[in-house]
Amino acid sequence: MGATITEKILAKAARLDKTVPGDIVNARIDAVIGHDISGTAAFRELEKMKVSSVFDRDRILITADHFVPSPTLEAAAQFKDLGAFVARYGITNWFEQGRGGICHAIFPEQGLIRPGATVVGGDSHTCTYGALGAFATGMGVTDIAAAMALGEIWLRVPASVKFVFDGAMKRMVTAKDLILHVIGRIGVDGALYRAMEFAGEAVRSLSMDGRFTMCNMAIEAGAKSGIIEPDEVTLNYLRERTRQPFSVFRSDADAAYEREYRWDASQIPPLVALPHSPANAAPAAEVRDVRIDQAVIGSCTNGRMDDLRAAAEILKGRRVARGVRLLVFPATQAISLQAAREGLTEIFLEAGATVAPPVCGPCLGGHMGILADGETAVSTTNRNFAGRMGHKNSRIYLASPYTAAASAVAGCILDPREVN
Amino acid sequence: MAGRAWKFGNDVDTDAIIPGRFLTNWNKHPERLKDFCFADARPEFAAGVRPGDVVVAGRNFGCGSSREGAPVAIRMTGVAVVIASSFARIFFRNAINVGLLPLESPEAAQDIRDGDLLEIDAVKGEIRNLTGGRAYAFKPLPAFLQEMLAGGGLARYVQRRLGITDC
Repeated sequence: MGATITEKILAKAARLDKTVPGDIVNARIDAVIGHDISGTAAFRELEKMKVSSVFDRDRILITADHFVPSPTLEAAAQFKDLGAFVARYGITNWFEQGRGGICHAIFPEQGLIRPGATVVGGDSHTCTYGALGAFATGMGVTDIAAAMALGEIWLRVPASVKFVFDGAMKRMVTAKDLILHVIGRIGVDGALYRAMEFAGEAVRSLSMDGRFTMCNMAIEAGAKSGIIEPDEVTLNYLRERTRQPFSVFRSDADAAYEREYRWDASQIPPLVALPHSPANAAPAAEVRDVRIDQAVIGSCTNGRMDDLRAAAEILKGRRVARGVRLLVFPATQAISLQAAREGLTEIFLEAGATVAPPVCGPCLGGHMGILADGETAVSTTNRNFAGRMGHKNSRIYLASPYTAAASAVAGCILDPREVN
Repeated sequence: MAGRAWKFGNDVDTDAIIPGRFLTNWNKHPERLKDFCFADARPEFAAGVRPGDVVVAGRNFGCGSSREGAPVAIRMTGVAVVIASSFARIFFRNAINVGLLPLESPEAAQDIRDGDLLEIDAVKGEIRNLTGGRAYAFKPLPAFLQEMLAGGGLARYVQRRLGITDC
């Protein structure tokens, strides 16, 4: 019996010949990531443990993305504390405001996440890095502090579930629509504790940006990780970003999957997830008469160049509807700069959008566009739980950048292929 | 010690347990989280909960974010046990790490009503419903985790590995 890519990576990390689902292993960690909330809290846990140094100061990756620029005195204190911790522990990969961006975009962009790596992070969307053929999973700050201290952490080897998309995607259908389809079919605990492996012609046709989007939302189905086997697209992405060596693993043909799903990507239309669950998938075309107050384009799910280009394709020469606030959050400083150089920023501004800095913004109800009582947003983010983006009586429809931009123009939820 | 059940449904997410707006620098003053536990989802919880009470929920409890502030917020209210049909995996790890015991028991989760008086017998591995007059088994923690807890938890494990004597 062969092994899946996930089982092979974890065997390497645990220095074992092989691992099988259910094994509890002590895995060697290649990178530990954190941000202004989880990083600060993890360093504080290290301090409480009286741990005076980290296992490897080059393998701890820290950015500030949730509560920056600081909206409150507490947040300002947190950012200041984080800077002090980073200095004290001698962290080399520290991406402060103006040099970084959203964790799950900046670390891959900088070539710091590579195939075959085992990565743990103080953020549930750490599973994003599976797009590069790495094993990556989110944890809380005590686990993250332990990983920072020891360079190891216990892990239970997950069973793998395979999701195959055959065929070619239709126009204005994106990776976001594929992953909303998956979660819609299996539910928010449909892959609980499992590794989700995405494969098939449509997945291979995705750019790295699209692959990050897919793996990013594995957690919304309860998964431990999401992963895509590296191919030429992956290697080209890495070639521009790192000269460090890495190991490419692939699943064996006779690897054991707990279950396999197979869909025809050409049958999937632009989708939205209705409030208040990422599993409430419905074709955008069937959602009629839902007026929106806000549209958000960005986040660790959909704030990369492909996403901004898709939004600009819709917004070019059009105007955001009256009564709608369109917020655009490029995911990193470099993406922001590239968007400006390509003229996308100009398109957004001419359309009436507010172009924001590279931060998480309202995704978690923090700041920069939280929703009022009774308001509705369409958003390219990953969660539409009740109250996630602000008031408990606000509503979020998750969608792709095409659909969010089209909805912003129409003033209501709209299939982007119907935009005037 | 007996405590009252606070009953919740399926897929209780971490935003419902502790909204993101309360998370800045949370572990500087973790005890402050207790006032905001279930702030939007069940506003009467924080004021009404008493030490020893038990949170009971359905499937996938604690789904969503990796915020450790979620189990900490529950623990800070004096609740020491959460019973659910199943737990989201990050929440499960976090709960263990902060001293909140996650007990998996689909039978208990289905049967227990809001306000029932519960007693947990860790030795017998039993949840007793004093109101309903029933007892339920729960899934024991993996042996590996029981050992970790017996040794004082993950933080102590790290300290032992690094030869740090806590004073």
